[in-house]
Amino acid sequence: MTQGHPQSEKFVGQPVERLEDAALLMGRGRYADDLPIRVGTLHGAILRSPHAHAEIVSIDTSEAEARPGVVAVLTGDEIKELTDPFIMVLKLPLQHWSLAVERVRFVGESVVLVVAEDRYQAEDALEYIKVEYKPLPVAVDPRDAAKEDAPLIHPAAGTNVVSVRNFNYGEPDKAFAEADHTVELTIEFPRNSQTPMEGYVVVADYLPGNNTYDVLANFQGPYTVHPVMARSLRVSGSALRIRTPQDSGGGFGVKQAIFPYVTLMSTASKIVGRPVKWVEDRLEHLSAAVAAPNRVIHLEAAVTKDGKVTAFRFDQLDDYGAYLRAPMPGPLYRPHGCLTGPYFIPNLSVTNRLVLTNKTPSGMVRGFGCPQMYFAIERVMQCIAVELDLDPLDVISRNLIPAGSFPYRSAAGAIYDSGDYPKALEIAVEEGDLKELKERRDKARAEGRLYGIGYCAVIEPGQSNMGYLSTILTAEERRKNPKGGSVSQVTVNVEPLGGVSVTADCMPQGQGQGTALAQIVADELGLKPDQIRVNLEHDTQKDAWSIASGNYSSRFVSSTAIAAHRAAQKVRAKLATIAAQSLNVSEEKVSFGGGQIFATENPDNAIKFHRAAGAAHWHPGSLPTELEAGVREIGVWAPPELDSPSDSDRINTSLTYGFKIDYCGIEIDPDTAEVRIDKYVTMHDTGKMINPLLVRGQIEGSFGWGVGIALYEEFVYAEDGSFLSGTFADYLCPTACEVPKPVILHMETPSPFTPLGAKGIGEGNCMTVPVCVANAVSDALDVRDVRVPLTPARVSAMIHGEEAAPPAGRAAPAAKAEGAGRALAGEGTTLVPAAPEEVWKTLLDAEKLAAVIPGCHRLDVVGDNDYRAEVTLGVGPVKGRFQASVRLAELDAPRSATLSGGLDGPLGSSRGSGRVRLEARDGGTEVSYTYTVEVTGKVAAVGGRMLDGATRMLVRQFFERLAAQVGGPPVHESWWTRLLRALGIGQ
Amino acid sequence: MKPKGFDYLRAASVEEAVDGLKEGGEEARIVAGGQSLGAMMNMRLVEPELLVDIAGIADLDYLRAENGALEVGAALTQAELLEWSGLAEQAPLLHLAMPHVGHFQTRNRGTVCGSIAHADPSSELPLSLAVLGGEVKLRSASGQRTLAASEFQLGMLSTARRPDEMVTAVRFPNPRPGQSFAFREVARRHGDFAIVAAAAVVSDGHVRLGIGGVADRPTVRDWEALEGSALDDALNEFAWDLGGHDDIHATARYRRELVRRIGRRAIEEARHA
Amino acid sequence: MPRLSREARHPVTIILNGKRASGYAEPRLLLVDFLRREIGATGSHVGCEHGVCGACTVRVDGKAVRSCLMYAVQADGRRVDTVEGLGDDSSDLTALQSAFRREHALQCGYCTPGVLMSISDFLERNPKPTETEIREMLSGHICRCTGYAGMVRAVLDVVSNGGAAESPKSE
Ligand code: FES
Ligand code: FES
Repeated sequence: MTQGHPQSEKFVGQPVERLEDAALLMGRGRYADDLPIRVGTLHGAILRSPHAHAEIVSIDTSEAEARPGVVAVLTGDEIKELTDPFIMVLKLPLQHWSLAVERVRFVGESVVLVVAEDRYQAEDALEYIKVEYKPLPVAVDPRDAAKEDAPLIHPAAGTNVVSVRNFNYGEPDKAFAEADHTVELTIEFPRNSQTPMEGYVVVADYLPGNNTYDVLANFQGPYTVHPVMARSLRVSGSALRIRTPQDSGGGFGVKQAIFPYVTLMSTASKIVGRPVKWVEDRLEHLSAAVAAPNRVIHLEAAVTKDGKVTAFRFDQLDDYGAYLRAPMPGPLYRPHGCLTGPYFIPNLSVTNRLVLTNKTPSGMVRGFGCPQMYFAIERVMQCIAVELDLDPLDVISRNLIPAGSFPYRSAAGAIYDSGDYPKALEIAVEEGDLKELKERRDKARAEGRLYGIGYCAVIEPGQSNMGYLSTILTAEERRKNPKGGSVSQVTVNVEPLGGVSVTADCMPQGQGQGTALAQIVADELGLKPDQIRVNLEHDTQKDAWSIASGNYSSRFVSSTAIAAHRAAQKVRAKLATIAAQSLNVSEEKVSFGGGQIFATENPDNAIKFHRAAGAAHWHPGSLPTELEAGVREIGVWAPPELDSPSDSDRINTSLTYGFKIDYCGIEIDPDTAEVRIDKYVTMHDTGKMINPLLVRGQIEGSFGWGVGIALYEEFVYAEDGSFLSGTFADYLCPTACEVPKPVILHMETPSPFTPLGAKGIGEGNCMTVPVCVANAVSDALDVRDVRVPLTPARVSAMIHGEEAAPPAGRAAPAAKAEGAGRALAGEGTTLVPAAPEEVWKTLLDAEKLAAVIPGCHRLDVVGDNDYRAEVTLGVGPVKGRFQASVRLAELDAPRSATLSGGLDGPLGSSRGSGRVRLEARDGGTEVSYTYTVEVTGKVAAVGGRMLDGATRMLVRQFFERLAAQVGGPPVHESWWTRLLRALGIGQ
Repeated sequence: MKPKGFDYLRAASVEEAVDGLKEGGEEARIVAGGQSLGAMMNMRLVEPELLVDIAGIADLDYLRAENGALEVGAALTQAELLEWSGLAEQAPLLHLAMPHVGHFQTRNRGTVCGSIAHADPSSELPLSLAVLGGEVKLRSASGQRTLAASEFQLGMLSTARRPDEMVTAVRFPNPRPGQSFAFREVARRHGDFAIVAAAAVVSDGHVRLGIGGVADRPTVRDWEALEGSALDDALNEFAWDLGGHDDIHATARYRRELVRRIGRRAIEEARHA
Repeated sequence: MPRLSREARHPVTIILNGKRASGYAEPRLLLVDFLRREIGATGSHVGCEHGVCGACTVRVDGKAVRSCLMYAVQADGRRVDTVEGLGDDSSDLTALQSAFRREHALQCGYCTPGVLMSISDFLERNPKPTETEIREMLSGHICRCTGYAGMVRAVLDVVSNGGAAESPKSE
């Protein structure tokens, strides 16, 4: 350290450039898949369910086991024998394993693991596994799944609605009875996820010497999940060593749900006696990793005639997919304290229902339950304005918690730490220039354009209380085992030459936490951030951690950062004691700065930082007797405000509560129905900013995702539960052309509950943008039912009115409601130059039928008009081999028959049926047909755009071949074309 | 997501390539840029036994304006076409359509002929070729032939190319005096496959409109001197003829809506170009 | 060139960031896997393996392309530039890299190497792009962390040649 005169440069609060960046920019990051692996490491690939719900009748892995490079093949049988089901937050009779046992419950569920010498070979072998499924009825829509007669996802549970809880705070019934108005709305929030660019990576190595699993995984916490993994592997926590890498390619909560794969690869490693590595690919990630729960909320507001809300009544149905994985149902309970938003609403009634469906299990995703909740609250606030003919911003403003009320206890028990919401609103209006935006809107409207303004205000909770989930239990149940709090730990170490290093219990996913920790420690020790080495690789066998450890719930600035502050203070105190001795002043009279420790009153009386530190290592005998040798201090932080829920179910769900108020102007193209965000203003009070650069990054990033939720992103399922968003061309993440630049505004009201005054900032904009944009669209179009994502097809249905009728003489196809069923349906006609009896014979003759079925290699008769076949089917270059079943029923010779059947192969499965009619015409036969087909599995997930056309083409092929078989070239003409031609219309 | 094994032949000449195709039969595929094929192979939707790489055939890396058409060889990338200084003048429709084709990075490797050979119903290049009435040149070990665009593309991902044939070039007819052009597209995001793409060519009251993304191949209509509600009716009829289908990105009805609306916009834009 | 059999691993030599680098590849080995696993150049990342996300973008003979849509054997004998080769041998960052740091254009950094390779090709061919052109070029990449704002600022900054970084507070 060569600084000259002591100085007191401070870094907390400054936009310090990130210390992480240089390595990442040079391609020298150390992500999980970059790290060296032990020689002999094997690679896993997973066969996944093509069905949303089916019994596993049999699995034949023998051919796969014989493929080159294959070392082992695991099924649910091995998993059941060697592991225990994952423990859950709720004690329910459901079992969840790392491979499906007896039944699959969602498309993408892991069924078989192949372990081979490399990933290419492992994937090759997947194609040789034969699984026989017996499809079961599905429950996909949460409302259907909640019905009494719905197919049961877990029969042992006896219901799909696995938890129902009612809460009452204040006197909601009285408030509703006395209200001037009741405004109500039902919203449906879609399934989505922020899909980090890096998928899951697990390298598991079983160490037989001491029955320990050594696992490298890009897991992000919370470490409440560590016991879940250890218990499933039947070992103690200390025998499951989880190491996380220095760099992670994004988390957003999602990397919590890696845990089943840790168990799976660990078990595989134990079986094969070698390390097993698995890298998730994008299709696996999109179909099977995680989704934020979709939620249906019915929200009622009791409102006075001047727009003041006196009570909310929530009815929430949250969809957790096929399994309730820990720490679910967090998204329904984490926002519990904030159910009244930033508003002074003393009365609240809540019904929470959790439902299971045949979809990918829900999990942690940025926003963690809040985007859903605020979508309901802020849509209702706008509806209040519309119904009472008030300005929407006035409705917000009238209901805000007044300045000077902090700390404020919300109806459900959150302790809002600090804020001045009316002032924030004022700044947002002024500095964001709302006036100009309104003029823009007025001008646009005067020109007949579709322009709207939306507003919203939210509370952003930071750092979850580990006790919030126990709100789901009754007070009685909770008393046995009260939970509440949040522990963080950071170690600061000073080595003999004075170098400072930091380790911590957070697993950063790109937020720049290493830089923030360096700033905090540097300030305490009078150093510069780049003099602090922050190593955030974490090792459960060597580093401090607790169940709250991890990177989630926007906890860092009020948790790990504070622990770092405390650890650095301890180091500082120790070094101050050492320095005071040699400077001959008392400890209170020393200061740190510029790499020196000096007498505050006489800076020339100084000792170099590294000399003071060195004394603790080189000459411990010289230390004041009360000091231990060495300089390694652990800071621990557990804020007292986080307590377990009260007997009246009030819970302080989080430690800090930031405030955001946003507004935006959007314009809708009258022809294409595309929504364009014209201007977006976002105002934040996130307490003290430790590093404004990082704060901006968090805002811009969650804003980008908010735009995705609002306009583009949704995991789409068909009615039969097949998954349709399996590629990045189907699950649409916005790009630089879609994400506009927001206007970001700030004010700083420090949090009194954390020594640095900072509040969590990671998630706010994904809570605001969807509803803010929805409110603007509602304003532009004067519509009430606004669903996100606001795809152009959805908006078109709102603005384009009745469709122009087809030309005279032509019937419109039966309209299909948007989103209602994605079964492929079609019809067609072929003219065959042979009599109906001839055609009929062909259909009923196995040998001839074999020639008619496209790509048929072989046809076996298994019963009366019941066949099994092997076929190769495809469109253009896309081809796949399938096992087909074909049945003819409802025979009415020679007039009509029902053809039904299915296909199963590596590309997916399909079921369909159609009615064929034969009618004598012009000496030949007119063969007409209608069909519906459902397709599920890989081809549905990745080829959705092509499915309809491909199906049509294959069905047509069948009938063309039928015609050819009976003896003549087919006539390619639809009945319509012929009719039109006969009438002299058309080409 | 790793491709299944295949043999690989880097052809140095067209002869070598077509010999390879002959040998490989139905299970051989040509690869040039591989921007569609590669993705489908990674997903194991396509599993060829032999991949014949023609990207390095110098004879196919050309762009020529001759005999009333712009001829593009099978090794020429989309980026090379887009950056060609003569594009706006020699092929104004392509000049308008090319920026919608994929992204900067995929155009760097994706070829013009590859996009046409792949025959995706939503792609801009097959649409442009269809509207301009262009041609596709095919070669096999036993000879060569030229097909009109309308004869070449038969349906979704399906063409009249025989298994032993390769596309060696495509020909985009030059603009005729008095013709003007417009191209409009709606995609979910910038660079995505079109939900609907509309290419219009207008001259002396004659209107030709091509639509991609709705039927199983680009579809072209011609009208004489249509204005006002007659044009609306014609577009409406076109929309209903194309039918459309539902998928996760758009409904059939929205597709028809776009045919009527951006079809009209394209025609009007071409008229004022 | 003879037909390369799927069964065998074939020698592949590329000029990686100006230096010869050799390894072996079956025909189906993706270029990105070859770089990461055979050569050990782990700077290029894999985000989708179907050509949409851009995480794997490298420059082949100068052009920014998806290395998940190319096979290693196709790159044999060609120049391949990756993020590891940006700048010179010293640890200094290029102007573009520095602008990325200054403008906080990266968070997790997983998409960043591909983005940098695209930009470096793009700016050589179009040294004075507009913001719209920059955004269009960037639309070939998916970044889930940043909302792209910092990237756009960084490129604009480099284009206008070292303009002072906006202070985050001034927004
Ligand atoms: S990994 Fe190559 S584009 Fe996504
Ligand atoms: S910085 Fe994380 S994906 Fe771009």
